[in-house]
Amino acid sequence: MSEPITREVFNHLVELAALELTPDEAEYLRRQLNNQLTAIDDLNQVPLDPDTPVASHGVPYTPATSAPIRADEWHPHPDPAKLLKGAPEVDDGYIIVPEIPHQDLD
Amino acid sequence: MKLHELTALEITQKIKARQVSAEEVLDAHLRRIEAVDGLPGRLDGDSSAEPSKVHAFITLTAERARAQARAVDEKLAAGQDLGPLAGVPVTVKDIFCVEDTPSTAASKILANFNAPYTATAVERMEAAGAVILGKVNLDEFTYGSSNESSAFQPAPRNPWDTSRVPGGSSGGSAASVAAYEAPLSLGTDTAGSIRQPAAFCGVVGMKPTYGRVSRYGLIAFGSSLDCPGPLSRTVADSALMLQTIAGADPRDATAVTVPVPDYVAELEKGVRGLKIGLSPEYFQITYLDAVTGKLETQPVPDVMKNAVLDAAQRLAAMGAEIVENVPMPHTRYGIPAYFVISRVEAASNLHRFDGVKYGYRAQAGITDLRSMYRRTRAEAFGPQPKLRILMGMYVSAAQYSEQYYNRALRVRSLLRRDFDEAFAKVDLLLTPTTPTSAFPIGGLYGDSVLMQYADQLTVPGNHAGVPGISIPAGLDADGLPIGIQFLGPDFSEDIILRASRAYEVATESESWRQAKPALAE
Repeated sequence: MSEPITREVFNHLVELAALELTPDEAEYLRRQLNNQLTAIDDLNQVPLDPDTPVASHGVPYTPATSAPIRADEWHPHPDPAKLLKGAPEVDDGYIIVPEIPHQDLD
Repeated sequence: MKLHELTALEITQKIKARQVSAEEVLDAHLRRIEAVDGLPGRLDGDSSAEPSKVHAFITLTAERARAQARAVDEKLAAGQDLGPLAGVPVTVKDIFCVEDTPSTAASKILANFNAPYTATAVERMEAAGAVILGKVNLDEFTYGSSNESSAFQPAPRNPWDTSRVPGGSSGGSAASVAAYEAPLSLGTDTAGSIRQPAAFCGVVGMKPTYGRVSRYGLIAFGSSLDCPGPLSRTVADSALMLQTIAGADPRDATAVTVPVPDYVAELEKGVRGLKIGLSPEYFQITYLDAVTGKLETQPVPDVMKNAVLDAAQRLAAMGAEIVENVPMPHTRYGIPAYFVISRVEAASNLHRFDGVKYGYRAQAGITDLRSMYRRTRAEAFGPQPKLRILMGMYVSAAQYSEQYYNRALRVRSLLRRDFDEAFAKVDLLLTPTTPTSAFPIGGLYGDSVLMQYADQLTVPGNHAGVPGISIPAGLDADGLPIGIQFLGPDFSEDIILRASRAYEVATESESWRQAKPALAE
């Protein structure tokens, strides 16, 4: 069986996905992805009329069933300190992260 | 009858009649949990520990529950009105945020996350007087149909046979209700994650119409597919819970403003005059054969088919008109379309887990921000989230999206059209819920394709957004529960619940209705 997701394609996906994988994990996941693609290929059996629209959701939303769009206004959170409690590293109300890769511009 | 065996409706009635206190009801359920649940799931826990226990819970919040039960008792003593769920113990799938409690999604990446706010569905139940017992286990981020992928082990086991899976992803919800640890549980259904475990555990589970229940505070999987909904042992209890959690929510723009009917009041209206359809496509499954790599089509097992036909006969005897051969030609494409659409949405939703704002952050070997992202996600996501992220990246990539993502979204239109055309002819569809009863632990896990096919008869409803329910319909030759499913048009939950209740009445005297899981206390 041909494998659309070759090691090269797979490694690119891993990079895009911001993951790191052990060799065993990579082999298992790549095999599963290719198996899933075989199942997905069944979609090619569906005759699609060029007019068939895409459906990003199933239930139609109409003005009668939807809340009006809210005004685009910001509201202060009542307790920002509580939100920051979940952050792995905080200093004086700021979230601390490792050095951000950057290039100095000329 | 023992207090932990009461339904939610019975509990509220008895509390309001001062026959029992909310605290006594809570104590009875805590004793039951103590007796049958065993070790809660925990990171690096032993998956084979206590194999005869249920293991539904990740976090039992007994003190919080006691405060809520006492508040109900105090309100009653003060002569104040009690809400519709007054004193009813409820378990919550650990994919919902509940303020100041661990909200883990059964993933290492959120193992240390205490939610700073409460999901709307939970908040509404609490306002109605419910007593939240705690958070129950699931597949990691809801990604599975067996609960085996949870990072918190031991994972839940099926109360009817603890060597088998409870189904998933709302496995802890279904197991806790089936094991009489709670009369109600809040689950979510993205491809069948309420209905499939409900069928496997012999309980009622309802996936409402997309948008019927707010998703605010639900840790997202497939944002266009996710539906919070109830699990219970009786149809009336699901009606009661749905009544409480449904309705518009300013914090979720997809929560519709359609008025919520009185589901409980409608329940006993019967099925006279209802047209109930049977579809040949729901009596077969198409799956990818692991050996040949080819698609095979097989009829569902006779026990599943016969349960549906028996239900149809009973409903016909009560005045429903049964319409056979309702075509649902795109049913088999539900799983392949789901493999694409749900993965794209999952990959997008999982990008927020990056070790910055909350949750796990890797410590060792970090050189810069990018390496922190990669290391954090590598260490803290299990194989199922990783698979979904990678597939989501692939099928939505610029060079493949026409072939995969856009095609799947167009097939989704056809899946929706199947339902629109069916519901122009019939009020409801009646189908099996699952192609098999509960499978053994370890039976499918690791094969992500076969596992997904467990949802073949439930996932079309998620693509279309229509509501569905699984209700218990007997036991198979191994003594395992089987479920039947009703599907209806948008916002027809009242009719689905009525038909389900009619079937419950029609089977009241069947011996399987008296059967209970034999759990050692």
